[in-house]
Formats: sequence, C-alpha cells, structure tokens
Amino acid sequence: MEKTASYRFDLTRYAWVRRLLTSRWPQFILRAITLAGFVLVILTGFIGSPVGSRNFAVMFVWIAWWSALKLIMLPFGGRAWCSICPIPMPGEWLQQGWLVKPGGKKFNLGLRWPRRLRNTWLQSAGFAAIGLFSALTLTTPVVTAWIFVGLIIVAVVVSVVFEQRSFCRYLCPMGGFIGLYSTMAPLELRPQPDLTLVEKGAAVREWPRGCPWINNPAALKANANCGLCLECLRTETGANMTLNVRSFDAELGQPGAFRLDEAFLSLGLLGSVMIYSAVFQGPWGALKNAALYAGSPAWWGFAAFFLLASFGLLPALLAGASALVRRTGNLGKPLRMVFTRFSRALLPLGLLSWIAFTVSFAFGKMAYLWPVLSDPFGWGWNLFGTAAVEWQPYLLSATPVIEAVLLVAGLIWSGRTILKTAEQLGVRGERRWAAAPVLLFALAGTLTMLWLLIG
Amino acid sequence: MTLPKFISALAKPILGLTLAVLALTAPLSLPPTQPVERYFRVEASQFAYSPGVLQVNPGDQVTIDLVATDVVHGIYIDSYELQASADPGQTARLTFTADQAGLFRFRCLVPCGQLHPFMLGKLQVGPNLLFLRAVLLSLVGLLLVLWKKPLPIASI
Repeated sequence: MEKTASYRFDLTRYAWVRRLLTSRWPQFILRAITLAGFVLVILTGFIGSPVGSRNFAVMFVWIAWWSALKLIMLPFGGRAWCSICPIPMPGEWLQQGWLVKPGGKKFNLGLRWPRRLRNTWLQSAGFAAIGLFSALTLTTPVVTAWIFVGLIIVAVVVSVVFEQRSFCRYLCPMGGFIGLYSTMAPLELRPQPDLTLVEKGAAVREWPRGCPWINNPAALKANANCGLCLECLRTETGANMTLNVRSFDAELGQPGAFRLDEAFLSLGLLGSVMIYSAVFQGPWGALKNAALYAGSPAWWGFAAFFLLASFGLLPALLAGASALVRRTGNLGKPLRMVFTRFSRALLPLGLLSWIAFTVSFAFGKMAYLWPVLSDPFGWGWNLFGTAAVEWQPYLLSATPVIEAVLLVAGLIWSGRTILKTAEQLGVRGERRWAAAPVLLFALAGTLTMLWLLIG
Repeated sequence: MTLPKFISALAKPILGLTLAVLALTAPLSLPPTQPVERYFRVEASQFAYSPGVLQVNPGDQVTIDLVATDVVHGIYIDSYELQASADPGQTARLTFTADQAGLFRFRCLVPCGQLHPFMLGKLQVGPNLLFLRAVLLSLVGLLLVLWKKPLPIASI
C-alpha cells in the first residue's frame, strides 16, 4: 500500500486484476450486453406499447439505467459507465477497423476536433436540451428510441470524421454530467506516482495508438476526461499505469483549475436538478403540463425559465457571492478565477442533490420494472412470470430521511470544499468568514432542494 | 498529548454531535389540538390534484372526495396505504383518521397518461418535522464547517 498526499490503493498491483483489465474480452462482453440492451430499447421504443410505464424503453432507460448511473456507477465508479457504454461502439469499429483487437481497414478522416469546441459547452447544451424535453422524453417510448438512434448516428459520423473518441469527450450530453461528477469518485486511472519525467516522456512517445480520449495518460491528474476505456493499460508501456481506489475527496480536496465552461456546467446541473425535482416530484400540475407539451406557449415559458434559472440566475448569484468574497477577503485574484473555483466547490452539493432526487422517485417507480421485464413490448408476454406484478412503492418511510441526509451531507462536503477553496485563493485564518456569501449560496441551494423533495 | 489538548481536540466533534442530536431530538411539535373532522374535495385531472397539498392535524378525521374530471384517476396515500379510484365525472370517497404525523405523498393509482407516474400531491399531518430537523442540521453542519480551530480550553 502506498501513501501519497491522500490515500490511494493500487488495484493493479494484483496480477489477476491487471490481467483482467488488460484483456479486451471482459470489457467487450460487457459492452456487447449493454449494446444488446440498447438495441432492445430502440426496438421497444419504436414498436412496443406507447404507454411509458408499460414499455421497456422508458422503464429500462429512465428508471433502471438512469437510477443505477446516479446511485451506484457514478458515485463509486466515476466514468465506469463510459467504460462499457455501447453508444460509441459502431463508430469505433469503423474508425479503428476492429471489433475487439486492433487490425483491419479503417474508415476515418482523423481530423482534430475544432479548437474552439474543445470544452463542455456543447455537452451543456445537449444536457439542457434533454432537460427541456425531459417530461416528454421520460414518458414517451418513441422519443427515447429516437434519442438513442440520434446519439448513435452522431457518434458514428463524428468517429468517421474526427479523431479518436471526440464524440464522448466533447459531444455526448451525458459525458459532461458524468465527467464533472466523476471528480468525486473513489476510483482513478493514473500513471505510477514514481514515474520520472524521462519515463513519462518515453511513455508518451511509445504510446502505440494514443489515448482514445485524447489525453496524455502519463500526465493524467483528473478524472473528468478519462473515460476508463483502459486502453492505456494495454499498451507496451501499460505497466506504468495503475487503477487506484482513493478517498471521495482525493481530487476535489486538491487545488485544481476549473474552466468557465465547466463552471457553467456545474451550476447548470445544480439548477437542472432543482427544476427536475419541481416538475417530477412537485404537486404543480400546470408546471408538469408546461414541461410536457413541447411547443405550446406554456412550454416556451418553461424553457425560458429552465435556461435562465440554470445558466443565468444561478451563475449570476454565484458571481455576486464570489465578488463579495473577493472584496471582503481582499483577494487579488481575478473574479473569473474566484467564480470558477467556487463553482467547482459546489460539485458535491450538485452530485448529492442528483442522488437525493433519484432516491425520491426511483423506489416509488421501481415496481413498474417487473412487468416490463416479462413483457418488454407490452404485447401480453410473460417471459419471467412477473407480467402481472402490481405496482407498489418501496421504502416509502425511509426515502425522505435518506434524501435529507444526502442533502445535508452534500452541503457539509461543499461547505468544507468552499472553505478550502477560499484558503487556496488567499482567504486566511479569522478572515474565513469572508467565504460566508458562497456558503449562504450553498445553504440556499440545499434548503431549496430540501423544500422541493421533503418540504 | 496532554489532557487539556486532548479535550480541546475533542471539542469540535463533541459539540457537533451534541448539536446534531439536539437538532434531531428537539421537541419541535406544537401543542396537541382537538381533533376535528376535515373534508376535502380533490379534483384530479391530468396530471395534478387540486388542491395539491392537504393540511390536517394529528387525530383529525379526514374525508377526501376524489373527483376525476377528465379520465380515470386514482389516489394512493403513502404510508397510510389507502387507495381509491374514480371514473370520469364520478366521485370516490376515502375516510380515515390521520394517526400518523408527517408529510406523505399521494399519487395516482390508475395509468392516466404520459405523466401518470409523476402525478403527485401532499398530505401534511401536523408540522413537517423531518424538514424542520433537516434545516436545523444544515445550519449545524455549516457552523461546524466554519468552526475550524478547536475552542480554547478557557472558553469550553
């Protein structure tokens, strides 16, 4: 066990783990299973029952997968889902000319992704678009199917035109969400800590295919852009890479740069989860109908509110709070830097708000899954004998308590990170009260979520 | 480590724990009120109840007349596990004693359209203690976050 600045345990020190990860077959098998699942989603979406709660596409994607992503895969595995995501598979086969192992004819222009778009703005736009149509998407099988068909087509086109996994890195609407929150995951792929600069340089030069996620693995320091595809482990210099278990705070607790696009995505995600909670867990029928009937005047009002609140109001409020901190703390740093660093410190509150929101609906809706497993198309099948299982909510009395604990934990985690960030920016000792405006911003966010979910 | 330093180092966790326990157990309830009969006419239409929030006191005898105004709707009250459904234009009645305090969601029981799984209302019996305690815990948490150094011994 090695001990660096924060606790890390190298899983690849065990030969069998490294063998398991360096073989492409286990990952390929998992991706083939998820691909089969997605094909079934598309089929059931197009030709299955149009009733969302009776259709495999809606229930599998928005109840099973979406919940498992937020409750398990993302908080504990970071980009673990990206590692087995089937969406880029067809494009990658064309691009690389292989299914499992390298070799074969390649169909790829290999262009570099435009420099101006090497950020998360497009991912923010994609995530916002899903949010604007969320009431329709989450309840209409054919819309869910079209979304996945669209994603696969875009992924194929981008893979053929541009280099490597440009789609995953810069376009996938879920990629920004997962990447940002994977910062807090207790799993990381990193170079050996004792690599010398010469060895790092050699590792980069000897990399046969390069990193599919367009990183320099030998210099990897953050989770956000590492898709855990594990290809770096499979190269000649793969022994220099390790898969580590670490503390949840290992990365966020360290100073780290945060771009303006990432700051807006962080706040956009926080605003989105508040609006999702109001639409899906609130008692307001007019809001639900406004979100559902895309194109209606009420929907335009909802869309404007969604975008202005998530990507306008929250950033404006945090910018104001950051300006106050900068002034009262006598910080010599630019406002932009103070704002972006504090938006990074709000990531824990954002992630735990998403988890609390998921808890609020997942257990209540989970019982809808059993009938669609037996009858995915809604055609009267009973494959596993569960078609007639009646709906009943699970863990009803426990879920509000769990939601409250999660939100308070998110506030405390973000609060600690806000103070650490303030210190890193130059707020010292007794002047730490200067960070109060940002702490109040986090408190207001927490109270809003508490009111929406259990108030 | 000397005893005073040891006590000083423990001050923050002990105070935190004490405040957290206080926030979770403080008697926040209002004085008990005389139970009364409460009547609600709840109109159900896609995808909301009107009124969407029902407030009663513990012990009240509650009658809910559910009126479906467009398609068939139902009502299922969490934890109370009471349910009823009404055809369009018809009324279904639920009568019960509000013997569990807290905030409970009620939801549509009959698939009624796209947003059926999210057709929800709230039944609040007495004050919402969980929410109040969560707010208190949030404030306690922030205070502890702000309190960085252990208190000097003299001030304990």
